[in-house]
Amino acid sequence: MAETADSGVKERAKWDNKAQYLLTSIGFAVGLGNVWRFPYLCQIYGGGAFLIPYLIALVFQGLPLLYLELAVGQRFRVGSIGVWKSISPLLGGVGIASMIVSFLVCIFYNTILSWVLWYFFHSFQNPLPWSQCPLNENRTGYNVECEKSTPVNYFWYRETLNISTDIETSGSMHWWLVVCLASAWCVVYICFIKGIESMGKAVYVTATFPYLVLTIFLIRATTLPGATDGLMYLFTPKWEILKNPQVWLDAATQIFFSLSVAFGGLISFSSYNPAKNNCERDAVIVGVINSATSIYASIPIFSILGFKATNVYNSCRMENILDLTNHFELAEQNITLENYDQWFDHLNSTYPDQVASLKLRPCDLQKFLDQSASGTGLAFIVFTEAVIEMPGSQVWAVLFFIMLFSLGLSSMFGNIEGILTPINDLKLLPNWIPHEVKTAIICMICFLTALLFTLSSGNYWVEVFNGYVGSVPLLIIAFFEIIGVVYVHGMKNFSDDIYFMTGSRPNIYWKACWMVISPLMLLVVFVAYVVVQAQKHPTYPTWNPNYDEFPETKVIPYPDWVFAIIILLCVVPVTSIPLVALYRLIRRVRSPDRGDLNNYCNEGFEIETQEQNNRRT
Amino acid sequence: MLEKILLLFCLSSALAENLCRPDASNGYKVRLSIKRALGDEAYVWNQDEMFLFRATLAFAMRNHLSGQDFQVSNILVCDETPRVSFWFIVTSPLDATRPVGKEDVEEAIRKSRSRINSAFLLTDQTLEFIGIIPTLAAPVSPDTPPWLIVFGVVMGSVGAGIIVLLVYPVVHKRLKKDEEEEELEEEEGEEETRRVKTMENGAAGDGAHNLSFTDDERFTQM
Repeated sequence: MAETADSGVKERAKWDNKAQYLLTSIGFAVGLGNVWRFPYLCQIYGGGAFLIPYLIALVFQGLPLLYLELAVGQRFRVGSIGVWKSISPLLGGVGIASMIVSFLVCIFYNTILSWVLWYFFHSFQNPLPWSQCPLNENRTGYNVECEKSTPVNYFWYRETLNISTDIETSGSMHWWLVVCLASAWCVVYICFIKGIESMGKAVYVTATFPYLVLTIFLIRATTLPGATDGLMYLFTPKWEILKNPQVWLDAATQIFFSLSVAFGGLISFSSYNPAKNNCERDAVIVGVINSATSIYASIPIFSILGFKATNVYNSCRMENILDLTNHFELAEQNITLENYDQWFDHLNSTYPDQVASLKLRPCDLQKFLDQSASGTGLAFIVFTEAVIEMPGSQVWAVLFFIMLFSLGLSSMFGNIEGILTPINDLKLLPNWIPHEVKTAIICMICFLTALLFTLSSGNYWVEVFNGYVGSVPLLIIAFFEIIGVVYVHGMKNFSDDIYFMTGSRPNIYWKACWMVISPLMLLVVFVAYVVVQAQKHPTYPTWNPNYDEFPETKVIPYPDWVFAIIILLCVVPVTSIPLVALYRLIRRVRSPDRGDLNNYCNEGFEIETQEQNNRRT
Repeated sequence: MLEKILLLFCLSSALAENLCRPDASNGYKVRLSIKRALGDEAYVWNQDEMFLFRATLAFAMRNHLSGQDFQVSNILVCDETPRVSFWFIVTSPLDATRPVGKEDVEEAIRKSRSRINSAFLLTDQTLEFIGIIPTLAAPVSPDTPPWLIVFGVVMGSVGAGIIVLLVYPVVHKRLKKDEEEEELEEEEGEEETRRVKTMENGAAGDGAHNLSFTDDERFTQM
């Protein structure tokens, strides 16, 4: 923050140029979810048909919320807590809720980045460590757990996570994960060390590099054999899936979480803007680029998945060919991939018993294409497996993990900003502590809390946080945000603010969305989400080598104490909203002449009027 | 006499053929996948290649059981298929009717496996001895895990960056403060010299010292 030495007044920091602000907002919005959640949803919800509910949700829910946050941040020029306090002291809790959610998301998100770092460090080896099984103790065969599953699974579940069999078995902290977590937090700290001055420069790299890598992957992936199968599978629309309401719900939640609203980070970023900046154009740019990135990223992802499925299909058939050739003592390469079907029919009709005794694996390309994965499963299992088959695996692995790291890092900036700016505004830490030390304290606290995720059960906890912290509280916060601005602050006041900032009033589309459509959609999505979640006791997949059907994951329900923690995670961030409102109401009731709820009341003149009153009486 | 020798010869060859048969108790099945291993450069399997195989196996037996002179004729081959798979059995050089035990043959092949493989430009997976599991190669484990090296480089640069970014402003401020102090000292030094000048000129050292008059002459010019 710039300090003028004479007056000692801290000027608010500002962006060096508009590009920094746009890149930071885009980087915050574009995160890991664009790469590993959107393609998965596209795949399971009928390919091209999913784009329809997705774009509808973007237009009627995503863009209005985004514009709202950027506008209030720029107008009031304070962080999220200050903004809601300015609109109405009763709404101060919304900012505190945003801060708590940002903190909770910070700690597990950076853990995922530490896993990405671990894979990145290991990509500089030949052969890649996840391509082979290690030997067992007496060197007579391969490790049993690895044999039964795949080397990629083994590397992820055993050598990286050393995962326990369920969430209750905590195990111990693993030093290698602690080291990677410390590295991830150090990288975040160095980018944030000077506030937005350093972050604004870091974002030139972290926000643009993923696009470069995605383009490289696009070119490489579309030339791989089997890429067209993957792409056709992805984009072939299956219109009848649109009748399923779950599709609409998932589209709305995906847009909502993808744009990173309600974290408070976007409000902070736009508060560093000059007062007269066209935030309407910024909001549309950020929203459209976010969705375009999702669609753009799904092309190479699906080309690579198609390539992988084709490989698995071909090796499945080659295995069968080998079995048949060996059993019937035919000359090599008499049976090829092309004439496999004819030979199979011929042999099956002449010697059905012998063919049946061979127990050939059924090879179905559609089934292999259907094996979808999202989240960490996509990045660390499916993709790493595909990378082994590509020539020059190390290069692709390194590029991929750097891309994931910069995607996640630019989103982390927004999360950290959502914690730091409210702390500065609330003056929780005394002013004489320099900014660098404040940032270091926050990073240290987050790092120590995140050590929970380095235990053996860490991955299960990350899934708990991922599924529940980043969902229900955000919906509630966004709902209160939009109600607060449109109905408490007033549509007319807000239109005036926007007129002041951009020079034109919002048109009917924005007004209709803010006043009716978006709150309604948010309410419907929230209720539907809670209903769907509450219908069944939540379960989770576990990696249990002693399970009968290993390597299938064993799905068990969460124990009761974990369920209680889940409820707490959903409820605690949003309890600040009613608590702060209650506190302010009580104070207002106790001392009615102070604590005026009017936005335009300036306490600087109140004392004078009181003195004037006293003089008069 | 000639008939006896002929009879013995026929008997021994018949016995030899009886020794080698599929599922023989002392025999092994061999399977070659030449086209899979070599692709376009695959050679055709013919009797000459078979001769090489028998010679290589004789070498392996000699290598293991030193002292016994195994010959090519001691390696009996039968049941050749278009797959390029066949059964073989090893007979003792001392008595062509007695087969060598399975364990000895297995040991011999294990010992010389890589020599046998390289004679045919094949690998453990493409030259299979059914029943003899290849010993797995020990994985290459470097002394320092490579990931620690990359980690060291990355963390070293990040740590250095943090220290530089934290220390540089402090040092810069201190340098600036030193420069300002020097300038202040220089100004004060000039003041002192000026004060000394006026004192030399006369009794101007009395009272409050006013800098604005130091440059003027003591007496105004007429």
